[in-house]
Amino acid sequence: MLRVDITKQLGEFSLAASFTSEGRVTGLFGASGSGKTSLINTIAGLVRPDRGTIVIDGETVDDTAAGIHVPTWRRRIGYVFQDARLFPHLDIRQNLDYGRRMNGLTEDPAQHKRVVDLLDIGALLDRRPGKLSGGERQRVALGRALLSKPRLLLLDEPLGALDESRKLEILPYLVRLRDEAGVPMVYVSHDAAELRQLATQIVMLRRGQVTAFGGVKVLTGGA
Amino acid sequence: MFEISPTEWTAILLSLRVAVIATLVATPFGIALAWLLARRDFWGKSLLDAAVHLPLVLPPVVTGYLLLLTFGKRGLVGAWLADHLGIVFAFRWTGAALACGVMSFPLLVRPIRLSIEAVDRRLEQAAETLGAAPWRVFATVTLPLALPGVLAGMVLGFAKAIGEFGATITFVSNIPGETQTISSAIYSLIQTPDGDTAAARLVIISVVLAVGALIAAEVFARRATARLHGQ
Repeated sequence: MLRVDITKQLGEFSLAASFTSEGRVTGLFGASGSGKTSLINTIAGLVRPDRGTIVIDGETVDDTAAGIHVPTWRRRIGYVFQDARLFPHLDIRQNLDYGRRMNGLTEDPAQHKRVVDLLDIGALLDRRPGKLSGGERQRVALGRALLSKPRLLLLDEPLGALDESRKLEILPYLVRLRDEAGVPMVYVSHDAAELRQLATQIVMLRRGQVTAFGGVKVLTGGA
Repeated sequence: MFEISPTEWTAILLSLRVAVIATLVATPFGIALAWLLARRDFWGKSLLDAAVHLPLVLPPVVTGYLLLLTFGKRGLVGAWLADHLGIVFAFRWTGAALACGVMSFPLLVRPIRLSIEAVDRRLEQAAETLGAAPWRVFATVTLPLALPGVLAGMVLGFAKAIGEFGATITFVSNIPGETQTISSAIYSLIQTPDGDTAAARLVIISVVLAVGALIAAEVFARRATARLHGQ
């Protein structure tokens, strides 16, 4: 479960969002500049809200009234960025293992194999990020986030930097992830078709305000 | 012509020891300072930046004299260190290392700072979302990616330290076997009748060391680029 009720002033732009989502995939939908990325960064703890609360999986990670702000690295979230942000000095195996090491988790070969198989990245393990295609990088980024065993997976336009054919290459993996990985996701996109395929609930944003919240039906209401 | 005398050997080995110790001791401070300057905003930052660069623009004899006033036997810090920790800088090779460390510090810090600034902060953010505490982000992402810059800074600092003259001779004088480095030895030799050949030998050695250091720094800089692109 994810509960968000925050306001944040970013220069001229003001963000105010309030919603509670029980869905497996919460889609944050809106045009560019609607505040989607600011909102997901606030959930990640990278942006600190001016006022309000955020509750992830029953734990209050932000509560301005109580002075609570759990830093990003203690939130146990996974974050897949639009630009995969793989560590260039580590090979793919080390990239995948990074979150486990940082969280002090014991090795879990079964989980490792499951994720590697799910994303079809077994052949890439000894390569360097610089030698991968955009689609491969994004799959590794997904795997890296999953293997840190997050309670919530945040995805910020993970297909945004890919061309159409690459998008179609990744999309099935995301569907499998939703159905098999068992980690709730927040999925940011400006592409209604993408969200129709993936999301179970939609938060519609416009100029920093939530204009609609509900099932994927709200996408047909016109944004 | 190519026979190196024992006195010259002593000066060469002393220079190497002084420069190695100066570089090794200065590097952790240099990394910490470079990180502060590259990644943090705080009151007095430009002042600190200026202070780091001061040895580069001050006359070396002034830096040496200031070191003498501070770390000399009767200096504020020097007296305290001698009384409490038994560390003496005045007229010792340790003082030469201190002078070289201070003089080479700006050259050490600059490449490290630039290479830390070049590390993509979005990668540091990604590390944080994967559960890395700030110091681990630094240790596992920032520092490894900045490492070629750190090495380049160390090499440049070392090259500067091995050739330092003004501050060293002012602070710890020119005592053969204790504080007479290559530079001070050359200085003494060219004031001695018939010292020309010996001076020439040491000059050639200095040039070789300096050019070697510059080449090494360049190699590290190229590796940095490759590393940042994940090749």
